[in-house]
Amino acid sequence: MNTFRELFENLREFAVAVGAVTMFLLRMLRHLPRAITRPSLIVEQIYNSGALSLVIIMICGVFIGAVVGLQGYEVLQRFGAEESLGVGAALALLKELGPVVTALLFAGRAGTALASEIGLMRATDQLTAMEMMAVDPVLRVAVPRFLGGAISLPLLAMIFIGIGLYGVQLIAVQQLGVDAASFWSQMRAAVRVDDVTDGLVKSCVFGVVCSLIAVYEGYTAIPTAEGVGRATTRTVVISAVLVLMLNYMLTAVMLR
Amino acid sequence: MRSTRTIEMSTGLFVLLGFASLFFLVTQITNRELSVDSKSYDVEARFENIGSLKVGAAVSMAGVTIGRVASIRLDQGVYKAVVRMKINETYDKIPADSDAAIMTSGLLGGQYVGITAGGAEEYLKNGGRIELVQDALVLENLINQLAASFSNRGSDTGKQPAAQETK
Repeated sequence: MNTFRELFENLREFAVAVGAVTMFLLRMLRHLPRAITRPSLIVEQIYNSGALSLVIIMICGVFIGAVVGLQGYEVLQRFGAEESLGVGAALALLKELGPVVTALLFAGRAGTALASEIGLMRATDQLTAMEMMAVDPVLRVAVPRFLGGAISLPLLAMIFIGIGLYGVQLIAVQQLGVDAASFWSQMRAAVRVDDVTDGLVKSCVFGVVCSLIAVYEGYTAIPTAEGVGRATTRTVVISAVLVLMLNYMLTAVMLR
Repeated sequence: MRSTRTIEMSTGLFVLLGFASLFFLVTQITNRELSVDSKSYDVEARFENIGSLKVGAAVSMAGVTIGRVASIRLDQGVYKAVVRMKINETYDKIPADSDAAIMTSGLLGGQYVGITAGGAEEYLKNGGRIELVQDALVLENLINQLAASFSNRGSDTGKQPAAQETK
């Protein structure tokens, strides 16, 4: 009986959380037209979550690409089809690895920064102070950070995929001796524009989700040192789980 | 806090890099030149057997891709596969008596339609039909024939197998 009640409680908590996040998103969307009138705030946030994540994205991109090249070569050369490595690697990077790994890295690098920054603002009463001055903290703090993150992630994902392809090429062509011409020409023949847009749509969705979770967790953090720490942790955990779940669903929808 | 100018410049560089990557991905690693919506004309061919030819397969002439297979259906009147191909309008000087063959790229590769030029003065028009066709090579049939010719060789030594003629 008790377990049933606990389960019910958990389900209710979950529904409450989903509802609260949705309300928060709607509240931010309502402020969207006014937030766009101050682009300098958004630019600053694109710098914070996009430009500052660039180095980690590029380094990880090269290594992910390199490992795809290595493993792909190992498998394909058993069938004597190592020329198809370009196709496989490009599709894997475009459709799955690019958006997902970028989103996970983004949650770790930019999401935590956003959550802890806003959480600390909450803990040091800066958000309350804004309210006292009749400045809406959602408009001034949350919306620019949300927009900055949502804009940055697709751009980061595209950079990641481009760099990843360079990594594949580095291992496959330069080191393992796959013929460069057939590597690129087979890739070109098989990859369609739709594949690029699939990846782009995915990373846009992930951008919205990751930024929303980070901003929401920071904004609703318990105003103590421990609370801010927990908000940061929850940001990473929830973002990662949601990204992987949504990725499966989006893939299932896109393959139909 | 860094100066606004530094922030703006780094953001600008980041955004430019992002769009440059997107542009690179769309233009450099995808194949758009022969998408079906570019200007093209339709040509039809009837095959006894198309093997595993798929819609979207390449139509090529002398190794150059000139079009795509637009649709495949079965004509129940003659029990033949009707393959409709969209050929890029820039290739409008294909002789009307050219022949179409279903070929395989590589041993395990996908199948495509290969067109070999004929000698007619007239060219293929929109809605035209290629009369000379060569069916897909079905591997099973080939093996059957091979097996049959080997068993024939055992009884009939006067007949030279095809493999030796090439020597």
